[in-house]
Amino acid sequence: MKLLHKPKNYLIKIANEAGEQALFTGQFFKNILKNGFEWNEFIRQCYVMGYGSAGIVFITGFIIGFVLTLQSQPTMKEFGAESFVPSMVAVSVIREIGPVITGLICAGKLASSIGAELGSMKVSEQIEAMEVSGANPMQYLVVTRILACTLMVPLLTLFGDAMSFLGGYVGNNASGNITATLFFTKSMHSIDFADLFPAIIKTIFFGFAIGLVGCYKGYNSNKGTESVGIAANTAVVTASIWVIVIDAIAVQITSLVLYQ
Amino acid sequence: MENIIEIVGLKKKFGEKEVLKGIDLIVSKGENVVVLGKSGEGKSVMIKCVIGIIEPDAGSIKIFGQEITGLDDQQLKEIRTKVGFLFQSGALYDSMTVRENLSFALSRVLKITDEAEIEARSLEVLTAVGLAEAIDKMPSDLSGGMRKRLALARTLIIKPEIILYDEPTTGLDTITSKEISQLMLEIQKKYQTTSIIITHDISCAAITANRIIILNGGICIGEGSFDELNNSKDPFIQSFFK
Repeated sequence: MKLLHKPKNYLIKIANEAGEQALFTGQFFKNILKNGFEWNEFIRQCYVMGYGSAGIVFITGFIIGFVLTLQSQPTMKEFGAESFVPSMVAVSVIREIGPVITGLICAGKLASSIGAELGSMKVSEQIEAMEVSGANPMQYLVVTRILACTLMVPLLTLFGDAMSFLGGYVGNNASGNITATLFFTKSMHSIDFADLFPAIIKTIFFGFAIGLVGCYKGYNSNKGTESVGIAANTAVVTASIWVIVIDAIAVQITSLVLYQ
Repeated sequence: MENIIEIVGLKKKFGEKEVLKGIDLIVSKGENVVVLGKSGEGKSVMIKCVIGIIEPDAGSIKIFGQEITGLDDQQLKEIRTKVGFLFQSGALYDSMTVRENLSFALSRVLKITDEAEIEARSLEVLTAVGLAEAIDKMPSDLSGGMRKRLALARTLIIKPEIILYDEPTTGLDTITSKEISQLMLEIQKKYQTTSIIITHDISCAAITANRIIILNGGICIGEGSFDELNNSKDPFIQSFFK
């Protein structure tokens, strides 16, 4: 019986958490529509999230394109399909690798920083101070961060995709001889709207999930410095899982709608 | 004299622990009431119930004659524009400058958009707490005493009629602690505020209190002026004054 008791408690805990996250999401939507949208804070958050993450997205995107090209080139050569390398890099980066890798990077970088920031504000009573002053911390802290994340993750993904193309070109050029014009022409020829559109749509959901999870974990952290670490850590883990789950769902929907 | 805060039969339980077992307290206009008690006796819980951050389990809390238990967010927001709360830690917004800390509530709560008015009010309260030169600094650049002063300025900027102080002198040296206590007294006189002051600092109580209540075991066990309680024969009450 004791063995059954633990999973039961665990399930109750998960159900509670899911309920609280749903209520938190409801609060977010309720506060978007309220008067007094915090434009300045929203723009500041876009800058912090976008500009602050551009470096790591650039490096990762570039290396992914570079490595993908170098590793696939010998095999493609064996089949006499070396000229398809730019197309292969473009399609795999645009459809799957670019969005998922950027999503996971943002889950690590943005969800943890939002979770830690709001968690430490909770511990130092700054959120309570906003509440007692009559201001709306949900509108100032949560709405701005979730919306900024929802906007910046797709933009970062596009930036990461472009950097992967660049990495792919450098990789191709390092082991062969191809002009930039030819590489990019072949890459762009192989992708169409049906590749790009679903990929961008899913990154909007990635961004929303990352912002929401980061804010929820930070905003509802317990008091005490340990809670800040826990908030940041659980935010990263939960946001990463959400990215993978959303990706799986998006791939299923895309396959059903576009490729069948 | 007009009653500004009326607390009747206030009860609050956390899990199995009943922190407040029926507190009664009436604070008149312009009065400074100091609440003394051991740590964990629910002093901070009591004032957090007054501001509506914590929902009491039972009892009534009236501010300006209006019952605040059970109010919705909008109604609480209106009440909070008349009440300032000084947190024990200061709770300064550490990502904002002193100026932004002060203007935060002005632009969002009082909807003041005129930059000149915001600047004038910021300078007025900073001058009142002796911090006018720090307007462009970050909270992290300020000392403990200065942070308390800034927190007090932020509380004052909305021109509250009531101020709730949660251990305003904790963590400060004796001299700075006396300066802050003196400042609280000046604020009471200058702005005609009504206050509840939670403290362990007996010198702060001596300077600021018009009346003192003592909490023990979740109830009020003593009430009177500083001198009356100082001369009390009750050994528990005496323990605060020795």
